Amino acid sequence: MSTPTTVRTEPSVHRPRDERRLPWYHLVFTGIAGLLVAIAVLAIVGALSVTSAILLGFVLHLLFGWGYSLLREGPRWATDRLMTLLVIGAFAISMFPLLSLLWSVISRGLTRVIAARPTTFAFWTEDMSGIIGGADAGGVFHAIVGTLLITLWASIISIPVGLFTAIFLVEYANVGWKRTLGRGVTFLVDVMTGIPSIVAGLFGLAVFIAFMPDQSVRMGIMGAVALSLLMIPTVVRNSEEMLRLVPMDLREAAYALGVPKWLTIVKVVLRTAIAGLTTGITLAIARVIGETAPLLLTVGMVTSVNWNMFDGRMATLPTFINQQYRNGNANCMSDTVTNPINQEVYACAVSTNIDRAWAAAFTLIVIVMVLNIIARMISHYFSPKLSR
Amino acid sequence: MSTADIEPDAASAPPASMKSGGRRFGDALFNALSVGSGLLIFVTLAAVAIFLTLESLPAIIASREFSGSADFSLIEYSLPLVFGTVLASAIALVIAIPISLGIALFISHFAPRRLASALGYMIDLLAAVPSVVYGLWGGVWLVPKLEPLYVFLNTYFGWIPLFAGEPTAPMRNLASASVVLAVMVLPIITAVSREVFLQTPRLQEEAALALGATRWETIRTVVLPFGRGGVVAASMLGLGRALGETMAVLMILAPGATFSLHILEVGRHNSIAANIASKQAEASGVDMSLLIFTGLVLFVLTFVINAIARWIVARSGPKS
Repeated sequence: MSTPTTVRTEPSVHRPRDERRLPWYHLVFTGIAGLLVAIAVLAIVGALSVTSAILLGFVLHLLFGWGYSLLREGPRWATDRLMTLLVIGAFAISMFPLLSLLWSVISRGLTRVIAARPTTFAFWTEDMSGIIGGADAGGVFHAIVGTLLITLWASIISIPVGLFTAIFLVEYANVGWKRTLGRGVTFLVDVMTGIPSIVAGLFGLAVFIAFMPDQSVRMGIMGAVALSLLMIPTVVRNSEEMLRLVPMDLREAAYALGVPKWLTIVKVVLRTAIAGLTTGITLAIARVIGETAPLLLTVGMVTSVNWNMFDGRMATLPTFINQQYRNGNANCMSDTVTNPINQEVYACAVSTNIDRAWAAAFTLIVIVMVLNIIARMISHYFSPKLSR
Repeated sequence: MSTADIEPDAASAPPASMKSGGRRFGDALFNALSVGSGLLIFVTLAAVAIFLTLESLPAIIASREFSGSADFSLIEYSLPLVFGTVLASAIALVIAIPISLGIALFISHFAPRRLASALGYMIDLLAAVPSVVYGLWGGVWLVPKLEPLYVFLNTYFGWIPLFAGEPTAPMRNLASASVVLAVMVLPIITAVSREVFLQTPRLQEEAALALGATRWETIRTVVLPFGRGGVVAASMLGLGRALGETMAVLMILAPGATFSLHILEVGRHNSIAANIASKQAEASGVDMSLLIFTGLVLFVLTFVINAIARWIVARSGPKS
């Protein structure tokens, strides 16, 4: 919990002799004391559990550490000690959901992914067609295809628009009316960053049902349009930051050689910033790939693979997770369940829907993490060495 | 494109006689493409507002407020949703702001310099988790774990209106949804406040330390006053995110439509976003317009809050 530096004195600070600072390990002692008292109290009350012991232990640690410091060091340092503990506690609390979430997803999701139903990793190669009731089978191949296709199309729409907007803001919006326009664009991009994802979904839906005779039309491209509304501002922000990092000297050198502006942008500015741009775009993709609400509204759900973005509903990983979670526990009358149409027999499991939801969540998180790692690696290995 | 529109650097470019046709074409194309993209941003946002308004018009016209005799009322339908949305976000912020400030201070001023960036990355990971996974985690894992806490609060602090009422398991109540929302807005508030805290003038901090201030006194007298604007803006950004968040509320909250303050009771509240997501599959015609109308309300709400937040950031920005 406590780090050695939390109470290390600044070497330049002059300390009056009467304010003796205690070494950091006194914090460990009060911490252990707090934990022991907490365990004892909880054992007597009969509510002993790891969570409750840690929570009460931390509160007691605050109390003991503060009181002890008050006696030995005086009120000012006691407050300092208390705040240090509180701040460390805040960080520890925030790690709690992250770790428990990752643990749940990995322990429950990975188990289902590698479970041999019928073969290991079949979860990633099969779809949900013909899976009924509590059948302990099926997979997310159709949802993976849908997610990748829709994200690809969203990228095809967003990356050019976002990149050219960033180029406009950095290279063109310097004087006159373009400067005014640039200010407006910057403001609107900020506002777009805050658009709720469900509103983006409603927009995608409203645009298409305004022009289509069929009000219940749902297709992949609608989802891609909705997602690009969320993706464009991120691409603009990230790219603009990277383009501004390109030194003015490089542009001026190119202009001095008589290179036209567009060629300077393509050959000098974009080429210098390419690593940063790729990183920013990858992060933008990672951001929208997990969006659920817009897809819920625009692409619906199916049980088998649909490769056509312009016709029919599509399944995606996020909406698949939501659907399986909503299905809840399955109803198992016997050990097996038979599909009445093709007479296939599956094992029946009560938790099959929730298991599939966790496994799909694991798949989604793996995709997001891989994208994040790729982004970090690109920025780490390929960024130009500008400063020598 | 007239010559007046050509960029300032054109003056330093070779005379027109030396220019090849492709060169001019390339410049004109790039100019048009980038200005066009900038304009497209304007058009897109305008289109969002226009399409949402157009599609919600049927509901506005058909509602009791305008036609006088319809069987539904816009205000009666929307207000409980707005109330639920705001209440859930407010509780999420009350939970998230102190914790985020603690984390931001920990990373900027308490943690060892070498660890700080790694710890910051851990917090960013929280932001990378898709919202639907938070919903799943909240609904399956967190809700049962929170039950003892709610029973405790209800038993001993039931005299506070917020904790009053009769909570029943499973605890799919507003409080659970708010806890998950708090986890989701935490990384945003942390990231912005951390940046602001790191921008505190080094000399002021060192001056405070030189006067014998403890680390906390330095933070209280120098860092926090300096970062106040940034923290307010960060909280507003977090609020904008919490208001518009769909999945956490949809997957955790058992919906209802009342103005109840009892956040531990199940089936009392709903949020705009979650309501849209749950009703859209069956809705068509006027029902759909009604949902789009609530979406428009949400859009305006988040637009105003984000604009205020950005304004605060912009105002306090150049000073730093």
